[in-house]
Amino acid sequence: MKRRIAASLILGTALTLAACSTPAENDSQAPRPSATATSPVAVEQVSLDVFAAASLTDVFTQLGSEFEAAHPGVTVTFTFGGSSDLSAQINELAPADVFASANEKQMEVASDHVVGEPQIFTQNMLTIAVGSGNPKHIASLADLTSKDVVTVICAEQVPCGSAALKLFEAEGISVTPASEEANVTDVLGKVAAGEADAGLVYVTDINRAQGVEGVAIEGADAAINRYPIAVMDTGDAADAAATFVAFVQSARGQELLADAGFLPAS
Amino acid sequence: MTRSPVPRWVAALAVAAAVLVVLPVAGILARVDWSEFGSQVTSPGALTALGLSLRTAVVATAGCLLLGVPLGYALAVMRSRWRSVLRAVVLAPLVLPPVVGGLALLYAFGRRGLLGSVFNHFGITVAFTTTAVIIAQTFVAMPFMVLTTESAVAARGTRQEAIARMYGASRSRTLWTVTLPALGPALGAGTVLSFARAIGEFGATLTFAGSLEGVTRTAPLEIYLQREIEPGAAVALSLVLLIVAVAVVAVAYRPLTRAAS
Repeated sequence: MKRRIAASLILGTALTLAACSTPAENDSQAPRPSATATSPVAVEQVSLDVFAAASLTDVFTQLGSEFEAAHPGVTVTFTFGGSSDLSAQINELAPADVFASANEKQMEVASDHVVGEPQIFTQNMLTIAVGSGNPKHIASLADLTSKDVVTVICAEQVPCGSAALKLFEAEGISVTPASEEANVTDVLGKVAAGEADAGLVYVTDINRAQGVEGVAIEGADAAINRYPIAVMDTGDAADAAATFVAFVQSARGQELLADAGFLPAS
Repeated sequence: MTRSPVPRWVAALAVAAAVLVVLPVAGILARVDWSEFGSQVTSPGALTALGLSLRTAVVATAGCLLLGVPLGYALAVMRSRWRSVLRAVVLAPLVLPPVVGGLALLYAFGRRGLLGSVFNHFGITVAFTTTAVIIAQTFVAMPFMVLTTESAVAARGTRQEAIARMYGASRSRTLWTVTLPALGPALGAGTVLSFARAIGEFGATLTFAGSLEGVTRTAPLEIYLQREIEPGAAVALSLVLLIVAVAVVAVAYRPLTRAAS
């Protein structure tokens, strides 16, 4: 009797562990409904997993709900994150059907899993983020060289940082940043919190932050970020994935991207 | 084989617990590229970050000793009903999510913060300086010192101090010659744990201090950055911090377990 209780406890533990480990492995992936098995009468249910760069969060969420409305039976689940995190997860075989990266380099990193050719679907460029009301009256990149202006940029090794340095170089100025953050969200946070007077972020980041406004950079198109999208072989919904990629590139998809401040693909 | 008094199901759960902790460590070890390890942990960026971490953690640990020991002592001998409330607030950084600690520091010492705005008025800015890193590390590490001091004082009582005072020793003399020597082992453990916590500080530094090579980019922030660009280097540096953490805990807990057994 005792032995049986012990055995069932151990079994229970094992089951709990198994249950724990499943979400941990795919922690960035939502549960995948297996509706096909349970409701054979209904429209075929497809779960589409889209891995997309964090800067696409708002626009892709909207795009996703329009896509679902147009394609009954398809459920789109997004995983938003830094492109380098997403490419790393895909290389660890996270079940992505589609990958939309904020730069070509990270698409290259995940290239083993790309089906066909990645397509450039939109572009983004830098702007100067300043606090609401622009208290330091910053009007151009050259203003960031002033000693009174605390400037924060991305580290040169990440795309937003290399783009910033490219612009400084094109302008022939040297800026001494107070901090070189690992990603654009941390730059935005420092400006929004009032710790920094100015930060170089993407045009589309201004719309998603409170307490900041953008100052356009003349000649910002000298450092443009191209966003590639591709169907990935790590997923299991190739047809829906291809349809989704086409929808992002359609007139409606491009319209939503333009509304969010993104630049057209070409 | 000797018969263990531990029920088998407890042993099974213990094994499961150990696996949960050991597996991630094994995961790091499995990902280290040993042929590159040496050059990865001695790259200029890594060395600068490790050096900065070491210096700031030493200063922060000194701060913990200077401030945390008196606070722990005060908590132990305090007779107010507010003691438990005060203790809970003081120990909160132990369990606070890192980013919450960072925001809290920002609202206290940031340019628009409670104290920071006063500083700012006099032209002193803490943000983006090494001082900010040290404040963040002291903030998260001090509870260890407070906790170890308080429990050590509470465990031995204040009888010897009362005797010393009776024989005419001043309060300060009593503290230096009676209390502190008796607290030695506890203070040692508190120091080592505070140092380890300080060197591992990440969230508050990221939110509050910024990330500039040689100024605010400590080893954990360097790992965070490298993870984006060269995951292999991030793994190598992670292993260094992992070794520091394990070594520190091994050293810190030895006297305690020996005393208990």
